[in-house]
Amino acid sequence: MALIDLANPTRFLALTARVLPWLAAATTVAFAVGLYLIWAVAPDDYQQGATVKIMFIHVPSAWLAMGAWSVMTIAAIGTLVWRHPLADVAAKSAAPLGAAFTFLALFTGSLWGRPMWGTYWVWDARLTSVLVLFLMYLGVIALWRTVDDPSRAGRAAAILTLVGAINLPIIKFSVDWWNTLHQPASVLRLGGPAIHPAIFTPLLVTALAFLLLFVTLHLAAMRNEILRRRVRAMWLMQAHAAQGA
Amino acid sequence: MTPLSALLLRDMRLAVRIGGGALMGVLFFLIVVTLVPFAVGPDLAQLRRIGPAILWIGALLASLLALDRLFAADHEDGSLDLLLMGRTPLELAVLAKAVAHWITTGLPLVLATPLLGLFLNLEPAAIGAVALTLLVGTPALTCIGLIGAALSVALRRGGLLLPVLVLPLTVPVLIFGVAAANAAIVGPVPFGAPFLILSALTLGSLVLGPFAAAAALRHGLE
Repeated sequence: MALIDLANPTRFLALTARVLPWLAAATTVAFAVGLYLIWAVAPDDYQQGATVKIMFIHVPSAWLAMGAWSVMTIAAIGTLVWRHPLADVAAKSAAPLGAAFTFLALFTGSLWGRPMWGTYWVWDARLTSVLVLFLMYLGVIALWRTVDDPSRAGRAAAILTLVGAINLPIIKFSVDWWNTLHQPASVLRLGGPAIHPAIFTPLLVTALAFLLLFVTLHLAAMRNEILRRRVRAMWLMQAHAAQGA
Repeated sequence: MTPLSALLLRDMRLAVRIGGGALMGVLFFLIVVTLVPFAVGPDLAQLRRIGPAILWIGALLASLLALDRLFAADHEDGSLDLLLMGRTPLELAVLAKAVAHWITTGLPLVLATPLLGLFLNLEPAAIGAVALTLLVGTPALTCIGLIGAALSVALRRGGLLLPVLVLPLTVPVLIFGVAAANAAIVGPVPFGAPFLILSALTLGSLVLGPFAAAAALRHGLE
């Protein structure tokens, strides 16, 4: 099935209605396996103890925080270039999800930082650029909410998303540069030796579970958005009819 | 007179004659710089240390002030529709408006910097460095702000939304502007590298800003 076949919202609704339960089930299974691996298989770190398990939420969230913006960027191109009718629906539904995963990454990182670094927040390069990413998600959501006409809001948000996609690597680079200038090597680094397979496999499984969760939530949010727009159109038609009568 | 120079002169005349936009920005800049010592204390050594940062933050906030009227005023009186339908490429018209905006709001900030630098106990060389980085960096702020102004042109609460959209995008300009100024004053990095990157950011946003703003205007008003 080509992407253009999905342009019909009714067909999209029918397809996702069939796919969503399976996706939800797969997400549940992946999380169950992931949780088992985290608690039963993955060893505690010899230095960090049980807090190393925060990583299994933190790292996939951070990946999805960046992944959601990529989804929005592709959708933005779809909106501006092909005027694909579902592209701005996809972009709009991805923004709150991206913001939520970015928040989760910041929040878990902060909880992890307290026992490890002795503080909830450091102006480390990574933390700072993720914080800026979070602010940009909130800006996009604010723009979506300020414009009442969905298709106009979609095109405005698409332009902002593309500008953000160009700017985010620049922001990342400048924050890295700024950080090395201000506080060289004051933060413990996780990296060090390559990650041991006993931790790496559970991490991959949880990352897969998070990815499935994202896809499931995204498709469900897109369905809601399509239905919301239909309700809006019906309201407008009713108001029109009432005015004419 | 070409349409672009006519547009440039018109915008500058409007900015000077109505409401004194240039003066308002400088006044705001002065007030921000005046408030900082009340917050951090009147210690001259400390003010000298953080002076470049204060001046940059003040200029960044002041450059946002008049942005929300950049396209909104033209939208209200209909001249924006003429620009959209005119034969001059919209990107160039937007760039001309940006240049006029920078001359009337950005340049006065740069010119006010030496005086405000004295308040913050900066050395003459440091004042020169901050003024130079602001001269090179404020066009980037204008061009990035241009995108926000174009996106929020037809919105009722555009004035509130604009800083939320624009400020995160100005992070690199702020970083390299302050870094270049500090490098000239205390080191240890040479002045050249951050200053060149700041110039690159300005040149890049000179290209990106008008195109994105023009696209936003076309899509927002059709």
